[in-house]
Amino acid sequence: MPAVELKNISKRFGSTVACDQIDFTVELGEIHCLLGENGAGKSTLMKILFGLYSADAGSVVLRGTELSLRGPSDAIAHGLGMVHQHFMLVDRMTVTENIIAGQETTRHGLLHRSGARDDILALSRRYALHVSPDSLIEDISVGEQQRVEILKALYRRAEILILDEPTAVLTPQETAELFSIIRKLKQDGKTIILITHKLRETMAISDRVSILRDGRCVGTLETAKTSPEELARMMVGREVLLRVEKTPMQRGESVLEIKDLEVDSPGGGLHKVSLELHAGEILGIAGVEGNGQLELEEALLGLREIRSGSVVLRGKDITGAPTKLRRMAGLAHIPSDRLRRGLVERFGAGWNLILGSQWQWPFARRGVLQPKTIEENARTLIRDFDIRGASGAVDAGDMSGGNQQKLVLARELSREPEVILACQPTRGVDVGAIEYIHNRLVKKRDQGKAVLLISAELDEVRALSDRILVMYEGQIIAERPENCDESELGLLMAGHTVERAEGAAQAVTTDTGQKGAIDA
Amino acid sequence: MRELLRRLGAAFSRVAAIAGVRDLAYSVFAVFLALGVGALLIFAFGYDVGRAFSALFQGAFGSVRAVSQTLTRATPLLFTGLAVAVAFKVGLFNIGGEGQMYWGALASAVVSLALVGLPVFFIIAGAVIAAALAGALWGVVPGVLKAQTGAHEVITTIMLNSIAVLGTTHLTANYFKAPGAVDQTMRLPVEARMPHIIDGTGIGYGIVIGICVVVAVHWLFKRSSLGYDFQAVGFSPGAAAYGGIASKRMIVLSMALGGAMAGIAGSMVVLAQLGRFVTGFSPGYGFTGIAVAVLGRTHPWGVLLAALLFGALEAGGMTMQLSARIPNDLMTVVQGLVILFVAAPGLMKIFPSLRPKGGTKESSHVA
Repeated sequence: MPAVELKNISKRFGSTVACDQIDFTVELGEIHCLLGENGAGKSTLMKILFGLYSADAGSVVLRGTELSLRGPSDAIAHGLGMVHQHFMLVDRMTVTENIIAGQETTRHGLLHRSGARDDILALSRRYALHVSPDSLIEDISVGEQQRVEILKALYRRAEILILDEPTAVLTPQETAELFSIIRKLKQDGKTIILITHKLRETMAISDRVSILRDGRCVGTLETAKTSPEELARMMVGREVLLRVEKTPMQRGESVLEIKDLEVDSPGGGLHKVSLELHAGEILGIAGVEGNGQLELEEALLGLREIRSGSVVLRGKDITGAPTKLRRMAGLAHIPSDRLRRGLVERFGAGWNLILGSQWQWPFARRGVLQPKTIEENARTLIRDFDIRGASGAVDAGDMSGGNQQKLVLARELSREPEVILACQPTRGVDVGAIEYIHNRLVKKRDQGKAVLLISAELDEVRALSDRILVMYEGQIIAERPENCDESELGLLMAGHTVERAEGAAQAVTTDTGQKGAIDA
Repeated sequence: MRELLRRLGAAFSRVAAIAGVRDLAYSVFAVFLALGVGALLIFAFGYDVGRAFSALFQGAFGSVRAVSQTLTRATPLLFTGLAVAVAFKVGLFNIGGEGQMYWGALASAVVSLALVGLPVFFIIAGAVIAAALAGALWGVVPGVLKAQTGAHEVITTIMLNSIAVLGTTHLTANYFKAPGAVDQTMRLPVEARMPHIIDGTGIGYGIVIGICVVVAVHWLFKRSSLGYDFQAVGFSPGAAAYGGIASKRMIVLSMALGGAMAGIAGSMVVLAQLGRFVTGFSPGYGFTGIAVAVLGRTHPWGVLLAALLFGALEAGGMTMQLSARIPNDLMTVVQGLVILFVAAPGLMKIFPSLRPKGGTKESSHVA
């Protein structure tokens, strides 16, 4: 008897069909990946399973019984657990308090905390979910917070666990740990559903994989009998080149020099960050999110105060210059937060494509916008960058993530910049668009432009960069050449020193040769 | 019943979907719904609904005099509505229209009195410009406070309203007082007041000035770089900063512009209705302007339509009270209901197929 059977599920939001007659079956005790691009309907489908949305049509069958779930609490009562992409934890409460919230055991009418604490400790030992039950959520790492979320589900006796993009926020090492936890859960008879758009992870962890595309399930495969190429093709609907084609670098003169940059921030800021970026190269900055990348990005753009140090762009000191001047001096920026920074959701494509140039000829003349040139510009860029669904009066906020990113990319690259600051350029973007964006960046580099790539995706940094800097706690702790060892980079990202990382990396490669998460 | 409502809503939203007039249709629908509830109330209080509505219509549009009444009442509301709408485009809630209007009214009265003797065009122009400047100055104060210190504009503008009302009273009583018991300025001679488009109709040029300003504001938001900056800051402060827009300057500028609009509202009252500045003259034009802006969805043409509606309700309500002896307060209730239906979209969900625009937003978060 399957653990979960979703039959003929359909769900619409307004005129958008999120799920279109999807059949989806998960066997008891398997690890099942739900693979698909953004907007394919993965999360919607799982939210229907978890009772957060109700389906317009179709039925949900759990272990042979058809159910109509009225809400998440109903789903939990039926042995489902879900770990959302954005954790639902109270920062100022302890791990224990977060886990038992809503399920408090009482004794004589009082909270029986020590009993709960023991239960949690037992659970965490059993599945190697290491957390300290008395720490405050705000004091523990993202990886630990995720473990708390998993514990929360287990504490509520979840037998079927849904994890929504669980690796998005983890270092490669944390990912490996998570995967070993998932395997332990499986050994214990739990059923795991993993929502993801990452091919590598799907290949590494799952028993079976179902692929969603445009709200339809285009197939369920046994992982052992498929390949990343096949999965990518099914996800996108066409052949996808998974590798970036790159010619050797033609390194030019230095165009961006950052010296001893110090930036204050509640998150830790930057300490003595120095780097030099040359024309014709892609310099990658690897690091787990929240280690100063955002501060670096904002400081370079003039959106965050620089305490000391200097930034020189093509011979011009721009340390204290306003954003406008920096952009005019040839700096283009693909922001990490596309929705908050990159575009105005309520503007259409035309206006978004001139953001930053709205006072400049030919888009404006003496403060009067020139609709004809703006339209012309939009038409050209929409065609050249293959931006879909951007016609007429469609707000940018109503476009898909990949197309929004192409919109930002089109605007920034069409400004003929000398230096391109590309921050998480493919975040939330589907495989097809990733290929496209990567090729565009490489093309700019081949044209002799300089690209500073800040990305939390190790694959991306390794695929694109000619040189890699590793950032940890606001400092640049190492520089690595183009084809450096991946597990070594992973260790550096986790804050290991260069010597230790080198040693450890060797230990990993010479070790058991066990099929881990990273090398799959 | 529910099925009927659903069908009604479906038919209505089909009509509304054409040509992207959904917002307009939504507001119109809210108005009719409010009038419907108003009719029920009139009935419940034992009055004749037919008579009430015919008196309302007569009083608002039934004669040239009625139309002039409607327009005269609509004009200040148009400007106080714009005062809210303009600031709202930058993401600010300008609750200070009332105070800005008081300064505008006093300035226009003082300047027009000083200009008496010149051709009426110059008097009107001078008075309107003075009112706009005075209102703008009063709008700049909360703008600067917001930009420099982050003080919330809702709080500051409300406080500044009181200061403006009492400040203008103080100045009038001590420096510009006409002889008599009431604290008011001298009366403007009739030839120095807002001229009528056609003699004897009572329809003044105020509404013409209003329409010109609506066109200008519409142009500002659709076709100018400044309007682009305003809206970028309003919709997405993060993206605006990223695009090199000086958000603080936009905050101050938009409050100045909003203040100028409210200031002109004051001059309209002085030039077309009162013929002088009277302390404490406003029946809350500045606050009704908020409702007008909400009903007009902060779109300049929408604000014009909303102001006309409110003007009509007030003019018609007076007639209703006089001829049908139904309390004018009922029209205030209808105004309130209109706003309730527009501002609380949840209430409209009784019509399953008619959801406000934001309701479909979920679709963009499908992952």
